[in-house]
Amino acid sequence: MSNSWSIYIIIGVIVQIIAYAWLLLATSKTEVEGADHENDTGHVWDEDLRELNNPLPKWWLNLFILTIVFSLLYLVLYPGLGNIKGVLGWTQEKQFKEEYALVHEARKEFFSQFAGKPIPDLAKDPKALKVGGNIFANRCAVCHGSDAQGAIGFPNLTDEEWLYGGEPQDIVTSITNGRHGVMPPFAQVLGEEGIKQVATFVRATWHGKPGDPEAVAAGKQKFQNFCAACHGVDGKGNKVIGAPDLTNEIWLHGTSDAIIETVLHEGASGTMPAHQGVLEPEAIRLVAAYVYSLSHKQ
Amino acid sequence: MKLNHEVVEKNVGLMGILIAVVVSVAGLFEIVPLMFDAKAVKPVPGLKPYTALQQAGRDVYVSEGCYVCHSQQVRPFVSEVLRYGPYSRAGESVYDRPFQWGSKRTGPDLARVGGLYSDEWHEVHLMDPRAVVPESNMPAFPWLAEEMVDPVQTQKSLKTLQWMGHPYTDEEVANAAKEVEGKTKLEALIAYLQVLGTAVPRSLSQ
Repeated sequence: MSNSWSIYIIIGVIVQIIAYAWLLLATSKTEVEGADHENDTGHVWDEDLRELNNPLPKWWLNLFILTIVFSLLYLVLYPGLGNIKGVLGWTQEKQFKEEYALVHEARKEFFSQFAGKPIPDLAKDPKALKVGGNIFANRCAVCHGSDAQGAIGFPNLTDEEWLYGGEPQDIVTSITNGRHGVMPPFAQVLGEEGIKQVATFVRATWHGKPGDPEAVAAGKQKFQNFCAACHGVDGKGNKVIGAPDLTNEIWLHGTSDAIIETVLHEGASGTMPAHQGVLEPEAIRLVAAYVYSLSHKQ
Repeated sequence: MKLNHEVVEKNVGLMGILIAVVVSVAGLFEIVPLMFDAKAVKPVPGLKPYTALQQAGRDVYVSEGCYVCHSQQVRPFVSEVLRYGPYSRAGESVYDRPFQWGSKRTGPDLARVGGLYSDEWHEVHLMDPRAVVPESNMPAFPWLAEEMVDPVQTQKSLKTLQWMGHPYTDEEVANAAKEVEGKTKLEALIAYLQVLGTAVPRSLSQ
């Protein structure tokens, strides 16, 4: 704050305190000029109703004086008079930093008991699982569900199927840096007919759902041209880019023919937000251990 | 002059002036200096004014009354910072007219919600919060997916904000209508939510 504003505030505050003191003393006097009777304000209504001006009880008056003393003490100790910092040197920021440092240290110390232990081991440690489970409930359950079984568009974490890999390091990377999977829309490239053919091919080849052989053959051709780049010629997907395995019955966006056609038509995307800076690396390891444990029950 | 209260009580004009003086004293010393304090009125580094779509989303946020249940101010307390991220700086709100700090949290604080969830999640959650958070008591806002952003209104908003000193270029104002053309209120609102609090980098070492 500039000096002139600081002076403006200092003068304002001091003048106010003096004004309050004056008001208090001036109104605590019992004599009123121009009154006919003692303790009379001089106001008379309905011929004989008079307004009296009795003094405040002493204890009450003293409370007011105490508030003035308090304000002066406060202004000496704490910042209040413009840029004057106060004897204690207190600031909100400093207080926060001190408290945060304590908590930060305590968390570090708590997490240190899990340091260096491999995630598969932590996944068997009840204490690590409890902490990881709590963090999961706080941070992850909003998308993946409190039972971690996911929802349409949000992966199930309790099965053996992984879009980006289920090894401990894969899970840590997914949580830390996030993931972004994009299936582009194919309406323009494939056309209505082509979309139906590809869907028929996928259903017939890997899910045993019979389809028109001609459509399957045409679909196979199109699949290899346009889809195999990500999903692989064998339809097994690609964990590097998160392209799903199409040969099993686990579907992120739904299993019906209509949904498969819609996804081919409009594309689909999914984002796992990065948690770097949201959770400490140690906390991320514990969540990863919890997630790992869900599909590795003893 | 005899300064007894008879003078004040029998003079409505004088009483009005004196009341105005008393009521405005705190504001004159607590609020007015802040209007000239760089820390409070300069944007934090990295803060950009809302794009047309984000600004339209902000208007949806205000008109739907999101502020009734959601605050946008992380206070400088350890528990809040651990839950929401770095505490809010005054300079983060300079492009908010009016700011959405709020004072009531029926739902969580949203000051740092940007990037915390995916666009897809926000879409599902706004259409039906119970679909992703079974215990949620937030109302659903399905009509936002059907109602369109008004491009003329958005352009007017940007123009007014430019006039009030937000650093929009004339080009940005000119393109504002085109940018939000054909967008639903849902898309606009999500664009707004995803930018909230992203000017200050997330970090756990405060």
